[in-house]
Amino acid sequence: MRMDVVLRVATKLLIPLMLVFAIYVQLHGDFGPGGGFQAGVIAGATIILFALIYGLETTVKLIPVPVVEALIPLGAVIYAGVGLVGFLTDGNYLDYSHLAHDQKHGQEWGVFLVELGVFVTVSSVMLAIFYAFAGRGRRP
Amino acid sequence: MNTVLGQFIANYNQWIIVFLMVSGLYIVIAHGNMVKKLVGLSLFQTSVYLLYISPAKILGGTPPILDPDFTVYAQPLPHVLILTAIVVGIATLALGLALVVRINEAYGTIEEDEIFAGDDRD
Amino acid sequence: MVVLTLLAATTIGVVMVRNLFAVVILTSVYSFLMASVLLVLDAVDVAMTEATVGAGISTVLLLGTLSLTKTDENRPAHSVALPLFVALITAGVLVWGMSGLPDFGIAETPIHLTGPDYLERSLAETGIPNVVTSVLASYRGFDTLGEVMVIFTGGIAVLMLLKRSPREPGGEE
Repeated sequence: MRMDVVLRVATKLLIPLMLVFAIYVQLHGDFGPGGGFQAGVIAGATIILFALIYGLETTVKLIPVPVVEALIPLGAVIYAGVGLVGFLTDGNYLDYSHLAHDQKHGQEWGVFLVELGVFVTVSSVMLAIFYAFAGRGRRP
Repeated sequence: MNTVLGQFIANYNQWIIVFLMVSGLYIVIAHGNMVKKLVGLSLFQTSVYLLYISPAKILGGTPPILDPDFTVYAQPLPHVLILTAIVVGIATLALGLALVVRINEAYGTIEEDEIFAGDDRD
Repeated sequence: MVVLTLLAATTIGVVMVRNLFAVVILTSVYSFLMASVLLVLDAVDVAMTEATVGAGISTVLLLGTLSLTKTDENRPAHSVALPLFVALITAGVLVWGMSGLPDFGIAETPIHLTGPDYLERSLAETGIPNVVTSVLASYRGFDTLGEVMVIFTGGIAVLMLLKRSPREPGGEE
């Protein structure tokens, strides 16, 4: 169908831009609006767009379901792990001051790692929920 | 002039917040369709976000991103609270929708009165 | 403001329309308008989150549910007088309660007591100009840990409810 061609071409152009935008929002969360949650939702929405246009089977071959289900707790573990490192290096839980050589760099490293954990969990949860909803009525 | 405009906008904000909150509540209690109830619930939640964010603004201030050019910023603490609230809101919406799908498979319908009638028959 | 009036008009649409597909699209429009209002109120992080979450993920999930169930709503079985009455009473109580709130946009209200503290300390102690990120990830890091756990739990719960195909013989429960 002609509409199909328009959608496919537009998606091909948009998906790399959306992924780059998600990474930009994630990394610039310190200097402008952004951070882990927004970037995670944008990244999840990008893969959902790919799945809507190119089909669920293609997406599942690209990012298999066990990989997504393994990524969901990984982000939470990263977050809790950063807190634990703060606990073990002579401070309180989630105290980032001793993660690097001085306090400011320690805080920046802590925030970076924590936002990374949030990004991983949020994007994989969005994708897993979409897989669950879309795969529900399908099998014969 | 600034305070007269501020007064009008303040009252208008509050009227709109109350209107949104009450229409969300009305959808939840009056409509029997499960999906529409969840939509009404999310409507109610967004009106609460507006309720928290509108006192945080200072007229003549800027968003709370520190910059040498500006001195007056909006208050950042309600923003943090509402960010968490938005994210929790989608988690509950996703869970509610999953429950609706399962109810539909078990009873064959998502209208509340038909589900109650189906329960009474058993 | 004009955008607030549009928001109210969209809400009336959501209440009255009975075709659920139209309701979902109106909800997405509503989220976008809400994000614009939040932007005008200087809440840039919140506006970005509301735009992506409300107009993006929420719409996709609702449409996914509609594809698995039906797309039209039945006529109301009971009369709407009692819920309308309850809603109007609630509206009256809320208006009376909110009349005690301070005026809009003034800096001397009680909500602004702790703000300047974080605004001054953020650059010196953490080196991060975006105060919302530094408060979210560093000063109030525990709350964000709880939030990640809530997202995690929601995802796990949806997977538990919806993972298997409905026609798998004997595979449920």
